[in-house]
Amino acid sequence: MEAPKPKLYGLVAQFNTPTEIVEAAQKARDAGYKKMEAYSPFPVEDLHEAVGFKRTKLPILVFFGGMVGFLTAFSLETFTSGGAPSFMDPFIPDWFKYPMNIGGRPLNSWIAFIPPEFELTVLFSAFTTVFGMLLLNGYPRLYHPLFNVPGFSRASTDKFFLCIESTDDKFDLQGTKQFLEGLNPEELSEVPA
Amino acid sequence: MVAPGHSFESVTKKIVDVIYSATPKGWVIGFAISFMILQILAVSVSWLLYEGIGVWGVNIPVGWGFDIVNFVWWIGIGHAGTLISAILLLFHQTWRTSINRFAEAMTLFAVACAGLYPLAHMGRPWFAYWLLPYPNTMQLWPQFRSPLEWDVFAVSTYFTVSLLFWLVGLVPDFAAMRDRATHAIPRFIYGVLSIGWRGGSMHWHRYETAYLMLAGLSTPLVLSVHTIVSFDFAVGNLPGWHATIFPPYFVAGAIYSGFAMVINLATPIRHFYGMKDFITDKHMDNMAKIMLATGLMVFYGYGVEAFMAYYSANEYERDLMMKNRIFGPYGNFYWALIFCNGFIPQLLWFKSIRSNEALLFIISIIVNIGMWLERFVILMSLQRDFMPSSWGQYCPTFWDISTYVGTFGLFLSLLFLFCRVLPMISIFEMKHLLPESHVHHHGHGEHAHAGQGGHH
Repeated sequence: MEAPKPKLYGLVAQFNTPTEIVEAAQKARDAGYKKMEAYSPFPVEDLHEAVGFKRTKLPILVFFGGMVGFLTAFSLETFTSGGAPSFMDPFIPDWFKYPMNIGGRPLNSWIAFIPPEFELTVLFSAFTTVFGMLLLNGYPRLYHPLFNVPGFSRASTDKFFLCIESTDDKFDLQGTKQFLEGLNPEELSEVPA
Repeated sequence: MVAPGHSFESVTKKIVDVIYSATPKGWVIGFAISFMILQILAVSVSWLLYEGIGVWGVNIPVGWGFDIVNFVWWIGIGHAGTLISAILLLFHQTWRTSINRFAEAMTLFAVACAGLYPLAHMGRPWFAYWLLPYPNTMQLWPQFRSPLEWDVFAVSTYFTVSLLFWLVGLVPDFAAMRDRATHAIPRFIYGVLSIGWRGGSMHWHRYETAYLMLAGLSTPLVLSVHTIVSFDFAVGNLPGWHATIFPPYFVAGAIYSGFAMVINLATPIRHFYGMKDFITDKHMDNMAKIMLATGLMVFYGYGVEAFMAYYSANEYERDLMMKNRIFGPYGNFYWALIFCNGFIPQLLWFKSIRSNEALLFIISIIVNIGMWLERFVILMSLQRDFMPSSWGQYCPTFWDISTYVGTFGLFLSLLFLFCRVLPMISIFEMKHLLPESHVHHHGHGEHAHAGQGGHH
């Protein structure tokens, strides 16, 4: 009996320069491959466009993160200082009110409330930026099939990789292998799933 | 900005090998000394907690002493790190790349030292969380009109965002550390820290977007922090403090002293770790120029302070400036300040002095002494109250001084640990400075772009 063939994550080709990886990604996209990704030790200009990705939506998320930060500080300061208009009284619980008369200043001293509002806007935006970036990228993810490729450890040093995944509609082992070989990679390996 | 002859491989190797090679003897000695100084801090803070604030020289009328002087001094030093990592990034100053990592580390450690002082000054630091707004059984909320409360928000946000910025920058370098590890334990540790970074093109795209946004957020943040620190003084209705020049000149002073500290740290790193290829003479020259420019702004601030006191025609302002500050009990300190921050930086006009490492190192130390004196001189305005009968004088005690010395132990210990276990120069950003990192769209990869390198 024949042993069952190991499942494949995809095929990965190794390149030597940023120019080669961008050209390879463009050719693969022109050939109709969609489920692929290029890996590099540092950000390469427009590589994500060559692979076929669109601009990230991260800045929109960050905008809303910042708004939440501003509104948090704004309501915290206004409500606890007793600066909210009187019609809102029924909606603010007693433990959230602590009106203080500081040198006769108005309860709603909105100018003095700006610094914490600014700080929380920045803080919430920064949290959204960092954790939004990590979550959109699918991190933390300590294991990945690509780490099984012996040469892939150089993806963080000096080599560039193009991986066509087996879930791609056009993927077939022989045909894709031939295609990648046509791109003149330094090395070509199968990625076990 | 990188010495010629480097490749992607050699840049990675040079920076990673510092961590994966045997511990240098100099490091052991330096760390041991720093760690001993750190014990002085431990003893001083323990004694303070046991005995109370009375062990410090603060009393009425000088209720703030070394604690706030050193708080402002340390936090000011931190500002250069954020300026390098954020503002210079936005201005496309690619030379920032090789110094941003350890300058950011310097920021974090300096803010940690600064944060100790207000906590210690509370007397009961175990109630420090009362500063934060949270629902409590006493139904109390903070007083949001107070600059001291603004400080809580500003400093904690500053520390958090600086930490995030620093960690995000480290993630791809942790991956490089992981991939070059030869033993299982470092591979595991750096592997976990790298959270599995693979360097996919979309990951990099989001990463760069995030990095740029963090820089955009940190830029107004760093300006706000020292502005709010200056509000601790300027919002108070006190002659000599109640001045609109305070926020800008505090920010300029912070960057000025911060660059002095970066030069003080970069010089030994260049020598002992052989990083002259990456932290070049040009870097030192640029930093000296920034120091000169911000130093002139600070000096202008002193001039405006004195002029406004005269121009206000207010006798309290004039008395404070002349009889208390310039020719008062600590008048010598004022003149020492003018010498350190007004005259010494003028030497930096000369290229021969900027390119002399030893002189630059000494000037940087003098600059930081000057910036410490500035805060001390401002604080000593408190000595002369409005009634001569309530005048007093401030003199630091042994424990004031030992706490200050001790924070150097904390700062240096953390820096030594940082140099030993983390890549002290950003590896992936350094590669960006190499000409071969560029994509040649129509050529054959042979004709390199002009060596200006790097973009974001």
